[in-house]
Amino acid sequence: MSTVDPKDLADFSEQADAWFAENVARDPGFMLPLTFMEVGTDTQFNFLRDWQNKVWEAGYLGAAWPKAYGGGGLPQAFQIAATRAMRKRQGPIMLNAIGLNWAGPLLLEMGTEAQKQAHLKGILSAEDIWCQGFSEPGHGSDLGSAQTRAVRDGDHYVVNGSKIWTTLGRYAKYMILLARTDPSTERKYDGLSFFLMPMKAPGIETVPIRKLTGEHGFTQTFFTDAKAPADGLVGPEGGGWKVAMRTLEYERGARGGQAGGYVSVGANAFDVFELAQRTKRGGQPVLEDPLIADEMVGFLMEIQALTLNGQRTQVPELIADRPQGIPLASKLMGTEMSRRLNDFAVRLTGVRGAYFVDEPEAADNGLWARNYLNAFSATIGGGTSQIQANIVGEHVLGLPKS
Amino acid sequence: MKDLGRIGFSEDQATLLDVATDFCLRRSPVATVRHLMEAEAGHDPAVWAELGDLGWLGVAIPEAYGGSGLGLAEVVPLVEQMGRRLMAGPFVSTTLAAQALIAGGTEDQKREALPRIAAGEAATLALAELDTDWETDAIACTATRQADGRLALSGRKVLVTDADEARRIIASVRIDGTPALVLLTPDDLPAGALRRETVIDGTRRSFALTLDGIVLDPDRRFDPDRAVAALEHIHLAANLLAAADMVGGTQACIDYTLDYLRTRTQFGKVIGSYQALKHPIVDAYTRYEQARSHLYSAAHCFNEQGTGEIAVRMAKASADVAYSFAADRAIQFHGGFGFTWDCDAQLYRRRAIWHAAQFGDAAFHRKKLARLLF
Repeated sequence: MSTVDPKDLADFSEQADAWFAENVARDPGFMLPLTFMEVGTDTQFNFLRDWQNKVWEAGYLGAAWPKAYGGGGLPQAFQIAATRAMRKRQGPIMLNAIGLNWAGPLLLEMGTEAQKQAHLKGILSAEDIWCQGFSEPGHGSDLGSAQTRAVRDGDHYVVNGSKIWTTLGRYAKYMILLARTDPSTERKYDGLSFFLMPMKAPGIETVPIRKLTGEHGFTQTFFTDAKAPADGLVGPEGGGWKVAMRTLEYERGARGGQAGGYVSVGANAFDVFELAQRTKRGGQPVLEDPLIADEMVGFLMEIQALTLNGQRTQVPELIADRPQGIPLASKLMGTEMSRRLNDFAVRLTGVRGAYFVDEPEAADNGLWARNYLNAFSATIGGGTSQIQANIVGEHVLGLPKS
Repeated sequence: MKDLGRIGFSEDQATLLDVATDFCLRRSPVATVRHLMEAEAGHDPAVWAELGDLGWLGVAIPEAYGGSGLGLAEVVPLVEQMGRRLMAGPFVSTTLAAQALIAGGTEDQKREALPRIAAGEAATLALAELDTDWETDAIACTATRQADGRLALSGRKVLVTDADEARRIIASVRIDGTPALVLLTPDDLPAGALRRETVIDGTRRSFALTLDGIVLDPDRRFDPDRAVAALEHIHLAANLLAAADMVGGTQACIDYTLDYLRTRTQFGKVIGSYQALKHPIVDAYTRYEQARSHLYSAAHCFNEQGTGEIAVRMAKASADVAYSFAADRAIQFHGGFGFTWDCDAQLYRRRAIWHAAQFGDAAFHRKKLARLLF
């Protein structure tokens, strides 16, 4: 398992590349979601679920997860090679993001044997879609204050309350759920527990939330005396906060073990540069306008800096003063850049900037406006930029808590 | 898309970064910086001698000319740490003059001058002129061939750093309309040719140099075939080292402000707990990390045709914005104390302005980048 035969790996990479070249659909006939948070129609959902299943069956997803749970049992280098081929051939995203990237690795690390047997294979095959129940209507960034109640009753817990921003909530078979099992603890964190919650159970209602883009991507989930099996607890009762924090480490990519592939294909500065190069205004290339050119250069510098930041974290001498600085600040830098970049892209399109998705005269079918509005999902979700700035200020720069 | 550069870091860079971090911290505490600012000489000759002993003046000089044969990539960590400690002295002027000789000097000139520079003789450049931009061919000064073959100089150079100590001054002029470089020594200068300028960065010693009346032997001219390339090389080398000084300064300026934000109390709270101060300093910090990444990419890729220029201009533009923002906010966040001479924030702000005015500010380099990238 630990040693990699370079020839095996090279052969595997070549096969993966050929497979993706052959199997990536050029034009599915409708706009594919760029991230797992944007799946809004059954057509999109079914397409992406089939695609993930196909990739897994071919051996290019979960290649490094244990064979006993549906994985390939190969060293991580093989999954990295498969993901690289997927990206090179511009394959659509992996749908089951929460299962593949955070619930799955969490179960591999902390789950019981029965939980692993029950869930991991379904995560890889996309048969079981997963969602996450952390945020509540009254508690977005402040997870520790979660109020959804879970009361023990024999072999199960009775759950009441509500969770919000449930990505894939309509489709999910399971939810990773953070609920309060003890409201009387001195520290609010000690009263929380972490559940694997079946979603197709009596007492659970999912109500679609219409996003600012007009699409339906999230739900609000209501629990009315819904039953959570006690054997679905991860960690001990009252130990949920620690499990949730570990989950966030997986979510933010601060900890490895994900099944592979990617769950978003956000436009980068080079895509916007390509747009700028082919955009004309008044018959003139838009980049001949010095103000627009200056802004474009600024974005190219910024995305180059983020790429270089990543490379610099591999050089210990060049991050010695604050080793955690770049990793902890990268979400803040990356998501804010992406939001501003897509705003710039909309402005590049000039008069067409007034159009939206499905207008035949819109530039790139309204992609840029949709990207811009969707970019807020990343500056708000997973901890808002303002929370991220607090994290950097407190944990990297040593400032007192706000 | 063109290759924009990448991070690489040599063992020599790592060693020099380590040594320089310690040396500059010990030899240039801010009390010393403030003392030297007020002193006539502007720097400590003992420290200058130590730099020579450490071999730093010859880091980027080929071994054949008495240096250690490394490159500007290895000079970058030195200058970064000097900038961090606001260190004074003619190190950068001298290093850039050596680069000019390497890029454009004749074999005789290199053989004569480079070993002496490596051994500790200061040198400088006289490139800038008033009312021009930062283009390398923005030269109005002239050298005219006399009947006896000698070159008669005319015009005025400004921002000639450390000219009073330099044993060699390399000036740009036009000869028959073509850009050229010539080598001056103190003996060539008529009395009163140098006038000390009052500059915004008090750690600098800077002079206006009147060229009128200076007459040089023809062998003082640099290799005519390489003059334009040498001017380009100097421009990029100067911006690389400026970016290094600025990135170091940005780090120190942020650290200095953080010390205050962690200790100053107002309305019963440590002021660093207020998000109105916390979030902008995080903003300054993320800009600093980006500028430092650009810097070490530029250092690593400096000698690559095309990519080197892109990376250097990105580094200078990025450092200018990062340093200016961090130092501007440093003054503001120190409140009333920030408005005083005694607060170090002004030292950083002044140094950032100095660098923006030399060899191109952020807007200038972005404009050049647009032409390189589009």
